[in-house]
Amino acid sequence: MDIQTIINFSLLTLLALTAIILLRLQNLLAAVLLSGIYSLLSAGLFVILDAVDVAFTEAAVGAGLTTVLLLGAIAITGREQSVTRHSKLLPIAVTTITAAALIYGTLDMPKFGDPMAPIHTYVAPRYIEQSDEEIGIPNIVTSVLASYRGYDTLGEVTVVFTAAIGVMLLLGGSRKSKNQNLNKTDKNE
Amino acid sequence: MNKKRSLILREVCNLIVPAVLLYAFYVQFHGDYGPGGGFQAGVIFAAAVILYALVYGREKTQKIFPTSVVRYFVSIGLLLYAGVGVASLFMGGNYLDYNVLAHDPLYGQHIGIFIIELGVGITVAAVMIMIFYMLDEYADK
Repeated sequence: MDIQTIINFSLLTLLALTAIILLRLQNLLAAVLLSGIYSLLSAGLFVILDAVDVAFTEAAVGAGLTTVLLLGAIAITGREQSVTRHSKLLPIAVTTITAAALIYGTLDMPKFGDPMAPIHTYVAPRYIEQSDEEIGIPNIVTSVLASYRGYDTLGEVTVVFTAAIGVMLLLGGSRKSKNQNLNKTDKNE
Repeated sequence: MNKKRSLILREVCNLIVPAVLLYAFYVQFHGDYGPGGGFQAGVIFAAAVILYALVYGREKTQKIFPTSVVRYFVSIGLLLYAGVGVASLFMGGNYLDYNVLAHDPLYGQHIGIFIIELGVGITVAAVMIMIFYMLDEYADK
């Protein structure tokens, strides 16, 4: 067994362990920290898959910022998850069926790392061969992201932008206006 | 968040924040040559600012990066990105076709990618800082 297989196995085992513990936790604070660890472990997996750019993003966003932002959210909502009393049968059934459908779907997919898979025979060779002449920058990931797929990245930035607008609408000054309303009603009385 | 943090926390923060900010700029402008790019750089920049805010408090951070300014930058980055597309339309190409941005297609690609990555970085950093401000302000109310 070579070193890469060992690292792969230990990372995947730790990932599965983290996911299972995450499911069973009632303490939201610990859950947030564990999801940060989960992101860091997947970042490690991405490095092994030679996807450094993705690993970079996962480590910075998943393990770093999201954890802080979620901790900020917990400071508002409280640390403990409220215990659900209704039956868990329906959620379990839905999850099992969805998972079965997804696994059934993967059976039809090309084998992992298969060089003849459609994704490797369609546009990828063109990107790899032509990127240097057409775009002229060494990092092909950047040339795909910023130039070949410029529309997609524009869409992603718009999504991030929309997220900020959503948070600003939901949290920005809502309580103040409520207090003002209360004051008004007080005066009326 | 108003109470003063311990000396060790503050000193470590003083040590780390400038380095992280510099690293964010490195990732931003070196994205063409190594891993990284606007998105990662924006997140790292925001992380440095948020670290500063966690140690020194939001009010002090808002004196450096005021909410009103950050709010503008949320849209400036996106407009910069979309603006490159409009500019390439005016210069006779398709939307987001950087080839026409300069005398030479490769040169145009460099300029286009540089500006849109900058746009991505600005928007992502501003969005992350904004969300943090909003959460923190809400928690204080």
